[in-house]
Amino acid sequence: MGSLPFFLPFAELEVGQHLYWQLGNLRIHGQVFMTSWIVIGALLVFVIAGTKKMERDPRGLQNLLEFLWDYIRDLARTQIGEKVYRDWMPFIGTLFLFIFVSNWGGALVPWRLIHLPSGELGAPTADINTTVALALLVSLSYFYAGLSNKGLRYFEYYVHPTPIMLPFKIVEDFTKPLSLSFRLFGNILADELVVAVLVFLVPLVLPVPVMFLGLFTSAIQALIFATLAAYYIGEAVEEHH
Amino acid sequence: MTSMFLFGATEGGLFDFDATLPLMAVQVVLLTFILNALFFKPVGKVVEEREGFISTTRADAKKKLAEVERLESSLRDQLKEARQAAQHVISEAEQDSDKLYREALALATTEANASREAARREIDSQKESALNQIKSDASTLGDLIVERLLAAQ
Repeated sequence: MGSLPFFLPFAELEVGQHLYWQLGNLRIHGQVFMTSWIVIGALLVFVIAGTKKMERDPRGLQNLLEFLWDYIRDLARTQIGEKVYRDWMPFIGTLFLFIFVSNWGGALVPWRLIHLPSGELGAPTADINTTVALALLVSLSYFYAGLSNKGLRYFEYYVHPTPIMLPFKIVEDFTKPLSLSFRLFGNILADELVVAVLVFLVPLVLPVPVMFLGLFTSAIQALIFATLAAYYIGEAVEEHH
Repeated sequence: MTSMFLFGATEGGLFDFDATLPLMAVQVVLLTFILNALFFKPVGKVVEEREGFISTTRADAKKKLAEVERLESSLRDQLKEARQAAQHVISEAEQDSDKLYREALALATTEANASREAARREIDSQKESALNQIKSDASTLGDLIVERLLAAQ
């Protein structure tokens, strides 16, 4: 994009460039880890500050934390079911909070002002590695949830109404992480690109509504990811009669 | 150039998988445990304690309300009984006073009758004695007149 005829210093657009860090013989995307640490740090600061002095009559941050907790509990309870939702609530909640803060951080913080030698900072969820990692964790979780709750009877699920379902259910095990990861990755990357392109073309006013739309999309995507993860786990632990 | 970044370049690209993926997964798992210890458990404890507190307080209040209603109805019954008793006492007292009044009236009437009778009798006897006196006086006078007339002849 830098090769376009005119050049605006605040509207450079880089796609698919990464800041590589070398760990032994492993290569990782430095910019993703940097923003993810900021996101995790922000989450931890928020959580520690809010739970420092908890009271029966909540005040200040504790209200917000309790609201979040309640929201996540309702989400987990409706999708997973009364019996085992407690075991999975932290996982679902962490997914939701991490994705939500990542997305909003990517949309709200002007990362582009910090120059990196290569690549640029942005939402960690705009990197396919992050979203695939999250989606694979979800896959592992629902397998684990199914097997630990029902043992080998978990595999009844694959032939549940009729054995004809077997191939579809097997395909589903691959499409679930694929759709989860690509949905999140695509939405967040597309949002960043749309905003970047609009800023590149019309630096004033016009990108603002798209930015608001981006905030909305970001929140929705976090909710969708967490809800689907909970739903998959709920599906795995559900008892068929 | 951009398309090279997007697809299939050896360096970079949108679909560039490397050690970021497993490390990010480990990081998220760690975050799950940390948030569980720092957020989900303590907040859950507080919220559930509060829910327990609210439900016990509610049950308590319900019990107290039932108690109050029971006491209220029993008091109402007592009040009704007391009112009836008071009514009874009042009517009894009224009857009593009425009776006393009648008795007193009857006694007074008989006394008045008796004294009137006595007075009448007294009057009668005095009248009789007066008449007798007059009669005797008249006969004495008559005798005297007859004597004088006879003496004058």
